[in-house]
Amino acid sequence: MTRVSEHLNRALHDLLAADPGVHLLGEDITDPYGGAFKVTRGLSGRFGDRVRSTPLSEGAVVGVGAGLALAGRKAIVEIMFADFATLAFDQLVNFAAASTSMYGRPVPIPLVVRCPSGGNRGYGPTHSQSPQKHFLGVPGLHVFELSPFHDAGRLLETMLALGRPCLLFEDKVLYTRRMYEDGVVDELFRYEVTGGVARVFLEGAAEPDCTLVVHGGMAHRALAAMRDLLLEEDVVCELLVPSQLYPLPDLPGLERAGHVCVVEDGSEGGGWGAEVARVLHPRLWSTLRRPITLVASAPSVIPAAPHLEREVLVQPGHIRHAIMEALS
Amino acid sequence: MIDTFPPFASPRSAPPPAEEDLRLLLLIRHFELTLLRLFEAGQLSGTTHTCLGQEYIPVALKPLLEGDDFVFSNHRGHGHFLARHTDPHGLLAEIMGREGALCSGVGGSQHVYHRRFLSTGVQGESLPVAVGTALTLKDTGALTCVYIGDGTWGEGSVYEALNMARLWEVPLLVVVEHNGIAQSTPTTAQMAGTVAGRAAAFGIPHHRTASTEIDEIRAELALLVAEVRSASVPLVVEFATHRIGPHSKGDDTRTPEEIALAADHDWYTRYAGLFPEAFGRLDREMRELVERAAADVSARPPSVWERP
Repeated sequence: MTRVSEHLNRALHDLLAADPGVHLLGEDITDPYGGAFKVTRGLSGRFGDRVRSTPLSEGAVVGVGAGLALAGRKAIVEIMFADFATLAFDQLVNFAAASTSMYGRPVPIPLVVRCPSGGNRGYGPTHSQSPQKHFLGVPGLHVFELSPFHDAGRLLETMLALGRPCLLFEDKVLYTRRMYEDGVVDELFRYEVTGGVARVFLEGAAEPDCTLVVHGGMAHRALAAMRDLLLEEDVVCELLVPSQLYPLPDLPGLERAGHVCVVEDGSEGGGWGAEVARVLHPRLWSTLRRPITLVASAPSVIPAAPHLEREVLVQPGHIRHAIMEALS
Repeated sequence: MIDTFPPFASPRSAPPPAEEDLRLLLLIRHFELTLLRLFEAGQLSGTTHTCLGQEYIPVALKPLLEGDDFVFSNHRGHGHFLARHTDPHGLLAEIMGREGALCSGVGGSQHVYHRRFLSTGVQGESLPVAVGTALTLKDTGALTCVYIGDGTWGEGSVYEALNMARLWEVPLLVVVEHNGIAQSTPTTAQMAGTVAGRAAAFGIPHHRTASTEIDEIRAELALLVAEVRSASVPLVVEFATHRIGPHSKGDDTRTPEEIALAADHDWYTRYAGLFPEAFGRLDREMRELVERAAADVSARPPSVWERP
């Protein structure tokens, strides 16, 4: 059994070993600390100067990463909490993303900005957010998310090969979960990954009553809802988890879905779900029986106290309720 | 604007600059004047920021920079570019959106990337990027040069970048064109303390010069810049300079007296008076060269961009 954080740590080790042009920057990422979530453990001892702990300067550190990339290297920057990625907004939007095309020809900027995101850990309003939505729709900027289905090494390689700046969101609770292996989720569900999209399905089931589309950090809560819906409501769900959130890749099999529900951890309003629906509605208009259901966290700050935090962030019960309401 | 620098800080008896330098100075001057003329004639779109009066800075730095160096420029970057790559046609085509444009007309006046020369339009944004490139040049003998203005020091990214530059000992040459005015705001109204004090806070060597004499500036800077290369350390060079033109196009809110005071420092009128014959000949030559370039570029078809 491999925990997601260990899996990612191993992927970083392999990447830095395989490619001497890769640099890693971030706050407190060197040993013995090894990063706030221990994802970079063991890297500084092994790769020396290519792994640098930085001052508390998110904006400039992302700029340094872009400079390394401009000079022909590859850079991975860790932002300790995704909430702080707002401090790097100018570097990401006006420099890294814009530079890939504003000079009239493709300028490669192989830069990955890793952002531990999400709540359910009681960290409070400025350490729990899922700010993916603020980075959608920026020309030249790609948004990815870690999942328990996607191989992190392949994901890192894919992002760096794009030659465009990428944000990689990594759910902090997901770090503690195990990676799924060999196509098996549990005794009910199986999974396969094709074209960067993980599809979780009930073996032997025909057309699903509902297909859920979620980002990686929402996978376990979606799975819990799917299990309850199956066992208690006799509703068959399928789950799609794309590793690339923006631009949205092709999502397979939706034409045969009875209903589509997009779930995101970000706060309601102007979110990823709306972007997914924008892409899917024209494509599925002739087969959809009802509007796509969007589930998001409450339009609220995220409280620190666990009982209050649970009320704000999407829980399995919210998903189940939204789907039952839509199907009724 | 409060002017703290005496006009003609350099001796009036200094020998004329080398013909090559004077030629480049005049190329930049006539390039900028041509842009303003084209704007008035309605032949340019958008905006532009000319470096009238400040041309001598990139010209003085030219031989101090090497081919492998990165150069980062800002909104007022035409002189920086022309001193690095003598391609007025390519730059003008970029500004006019015509065939042969350096960046297909996408970047325009403020966003040019050509062989390790890169300009961007957001103040202070380039400094952290410059530190990133300088990290890769550490101990290679090459450096990254980044031009900023006095107004740029209002941006937090400057301090984040200077901190890392010193901490990680990267070969970074920060050239501050301190012209005493940020768009319309005098430096005295937007900067507490001094550039020197701010550099000192990071333990970064700082050199200020009020000279406008190219050879004198080179003599002052040669060893300092060599040290940036050999010891991989950052350096801040502050030029006390004067913007004799508007911020962009006709948006000068300074009083006639303030503008006249800035114009008193203009190398152009000084050289014209000191070496009228040689100056007149080269002045004519470069004016005609830029006029021909403008006619040539204006007649070209629009630039084509393959949007990704």
